[in-house]
Amino acid sequence: MVYIPHTDADREAMLEAIGVKGIDELFDCVPEQFRFPELDLPEPLTEMEAADELSKIADYNLSANLTTTFLGAGAYYHYIPSVVDHILRRGEFYTAYTPYQPEVSQGTLQAIFEYQSMICALTGMEASNASHYDGATSLAEAVIMALNVQRGRRKRIILSPDIHPHYRAVVRTYTQGMGLELIEDPAIADLESLKRALDANTALLAVQTPSFFGQVDDLMGLADEVHSVGALLCVVTNPISLGLFTAPGHLGADIVVGDGQPLGIPLSLGGPYLGFFATRKKYVRKMAGRLVGETVDTSGKRGYVLTLSTREQHIRRQRATSNICTNQGLMMLAAAVYLSTMGKRGLRQVAELCFHKAHYAAAQIDVLKGYSVVQRHERPFFNEFAVQCPRPVTEINEYLLDNWGIIGGYDLGRDYPQRKDQMLIAVTEMNTREEIDILATALAEVEHD
Amino acid sequence: MTEPLIYDLGAPGRFAVQMPEPDVPLTEMPALIVRDELNLPEVSEIDIVRHYTRLSSLNHSIDKGFYPLGSCTMKYNPRINEDMARLPGFAGIHPLQDEETIQGALFLTFVLQEWLKEIGGFAGVSLQPAAGAHGEFAGILMMRAYHLDRGDTKRTKILIPDSAHGTNPASTTMSGLEVLEIPSDERGNVDLKSLRAACDDTVVGLMITNPNTLGMFEEQIEEVVGLIQNCGGLVYGDGANMNALLGVARPGDMAFDVMHYNLHKTFGTPHGGGGPGSGPVGVSERLLPFLPGPIVETIQPGDTNDEGDLAETPHHRLVMPEKSIGRMTAFYGHFSIFVRAYTYIRMHGPEGMRRIAEHAVLNANYLQTLVSKIFPIPFGNRACMHEFVAEGKVKGSDVRALDVAKRLMDFGFHPPTNYFPLIVHEALMIEPTETESRQTLDRFAEALAQIAREAVQDPELLHTAPHCTPIARLDEVRAARDLVICSWGQSG
Ligand SMILES: Cc1ncc(COP(=O)(O)O)c(C=O)c1O
Repeated sequence: MVYIPHTDADREAMLEAIGVKGIDELFDCVPEQFRFPELDLPEPLTEMEAADELSKIADYNLSANLTTTFLGAGAYYHYIPSVVDHILRRGEFYTAYTPYQPEVSQGTLQAIFEYQSMICALTGMEASNASHYDGATSLAEAVIMALNVQRGRRKRIILSPDIHPHYRAVVRTYTQGMGLELIEDPAIADLESLKRALDANTALLAVQTPSFFGQVDDLMGLADEVHSVGALLCVVTNPISLGLFTAPGHLGADIVVGDGQPLGIPLSLGGPYLGFFATRKKYVRKMAGRLVGETVDTSGKRGYVLTLSTREQHIRRQRATSNICTNQGLMMLAAAVYLSTMGKRGLRQVAELCFHKAHYAAAQIDVLKGYSVVQRHERPFFNEFAVQCPRPVTEINEYLLDNWGIIGGYDLGRDYPQRKDQMLIAVTEMNTREEIDILATALAEVEHD
Repeated sequence: MTEPLIYDLGAPGRFAVQMPEPDVPLTEMPALIVRDELNLPEVSEIDIVRHYTRLSSLNHSIDKGFYPLGSCTMKYNPRINEDMARLPGFAGIHPLQDEETIQGALFLTFVLQEWLKEIGGFAGVSLQPAAGAHGEFAGILMMRAYHLDRGDTKRTKILIPDSAHGTNPASTTMSGLEVLEIPSDERGNVDLKSLRAACDDTVVGLMITNPNTLGMFEEQIEEVVGLIQNCGGLVYGDGANMNALLGVARPGDMAFDVMHYNLHKTFGTPHGGGGPGSGPVGVSERLLPFLPGPIVETIQPGDTNDEGDLAETPHHRLVMPEKSIGRMTAFYGHFSIFVRAYTYIRMHGPEGMRRIAEHAVLNANYLQTLVSKIFPIPFGNRACMHEFVAEGKVKGSDVRALDVAKRLMDFGFHPPTNYFPLIVHEALMIEPTETESRQTLDRFAEALAQIAREAVQDPELLHTAPHCTPIARLDEVRAARDLVICSWGQSG
């Protein structure tokens, strides 16, 4: 009853106005044998009791603020400036919905417009939509967009095996009914082999940089080769890394996608996060998702509206570019506030901190007996790197947690059999030198334990 | 006054945050790939706070006033849910952490799966999908996979009533299937004759919204389900309108095979200015193996655990269903939304669930009674469920639903959904929800009555509405033609 304002007198007056005797009568249209089932749910708690129960459940989890963590692999523990959540907690933002009525939604619309601008700046692209569900679904939508750009005539999609395995899994889910030739052969990971897989039937080549293993590739020239067979190039990336590295758009990418979680969004067991999606202006009519454009009102005042809606499901129905309706509004706002707060200088600082600390960590670990950093000198990396370990990663992680309270890195053997006993270590600005030194000490200890 | 763009607020060199100096020796950077330009705002913290505070004041929101946006269930969003979702034990956990260290989160996820099963009458639930449309997509993929798994490869069609939401046909296309539209009859139900004619062995299934988008309970639901089952098809329920059915009827009991829930509608989680939502799917026994995953499973004391020993305490783990259609999101869906929905259901209990539906339906019928004296209600000769659809037409006036909608803003109300469902011309789809008081509904009806009078006396007032909003009607044609979608204008 907590949030229902009706008094007995209200109910009586309303029923009388409707002309029925009781509320039950309003449900006469429901076949009797189905009507009013007994629900087997626990009896209700007051707010005070619920808060207590939820806190106790939360206490069964080990959260990043209570430990030292080196776990990344697609979700990162970064600092979130206080101002971000203070803005998100404004009811004017979080209790509104999709800005269908622009006259009473200029706040959300302008925030989206500014977000689109910041994503364009970050990725070096010309058009960004208002968000997808997460980085993985952004990639899946990129695949669909490429198919539509080719009007369904091309059926080959090449995904670098260095793309996050869960992202590739989501692409497989999305495209299972589309009759595609999906190439994600672990043997063709390097750019040269990927280029060789391009053919006249290829609609899209997607690569990830920094890759799932943290490595940063020089993509110079790749776009030309992709375009020479008439295909599109999609780059999956980490937005923090773009504070430091060349924007994929400046290297000729046609689509840039990724997860905006590092931009002010808490880990929250994997969601809600933020799929960002940016492309060239010439493809904007094939793009999925909401898009905000600038215009004027009847008195010439600048304002914003949702635009090119004829791409979308509510107008185009089965011929829409996607089925997406509700997107990640509030997460988009988090990223916009984060990017405004960090600004040009702050984002660069965060990216550099990640870079230097990760390289320090790699150097400390590489010299440990039994450990080696994979391709440490061969390929540049950002804030993650793979370590070949002397023992199974699960054993090492158990040791780190039980003895040092450290959450270790990701076990790459889970997705890549050829990378058995490799641990993917992520380092962010949150990790101090002391923590990194302790990690190295602990790892050394496991080796001769 | 227009709010400047954030890019126009700052000054070169200004900043809002200071990061610590590096505490490690520096490493040389790969010069070739390091960028030198980055066009982000350069503002101070107070610039940011004022900018976004001013922007926020330009929005209508549930917190500001009535928001009867049909089909979206804009009910009050309890504050406690926000606090719970932000507990560090929930907000600070990584999706790939060892399961031993996230037992609380897995427990909560498991319990929510169980509660949703119970509320909808289903055999299993996956919380993977990120929104309603994503749940639809998952559901249709499961239906498709089910037939293929049985070697039944002829089925290619999904039947969809013409009153359906646009996401239904769009999700069908994404699944590689065809849409066959079924007309509605004069009472607003699915037309049985057309449905019967469409049922054959090429049908994957039917997607049906019940209550439908007119706010009506499908009167012949048993016949509809029977027809589909007889031709070997499956029934998909669009659960956007579940607010009317909580504790009232369970789609699973009515032999629905799959349905998506909208946690952001029915279970009071905020709409966030357009998301994030959450669109869990519930399924019948025969679709269980196809659920998107991972989902959470519980090993009870006495069951065999991962090591092959008998478990001593309950243990929760992530599993992939046997023939799963796969992952819908990179991790496990929108966990922080699960925390909010858990809190909401926990505070309502079984009786509270039914009270929600009862009062949502009471409010809608009360408002329908008031509005029926002002505007035509095409299917209004029966009790509605949680919402109803009026026609924004006034005798002796040329105003349209759009004009009525815009004028409502001047009275401090968010307009109803307009121009949906497509089968009602000039549709105004009104959903009050259970959290609104009688006074609010009365005031809304009074505003509509005044607007109807104005439509005759001074139609221009409506054509040019709204008049009291931060901005007047906007030129949407120009927006699409000039396509300025980024702060540095057309050049991009
Ligand atoms: C009837 C109906 N179906 C499906 C959807 C899509 O849900 P979502 O926006 O959560 O993707 C909506 C959303 O407004 C709806 O009203």
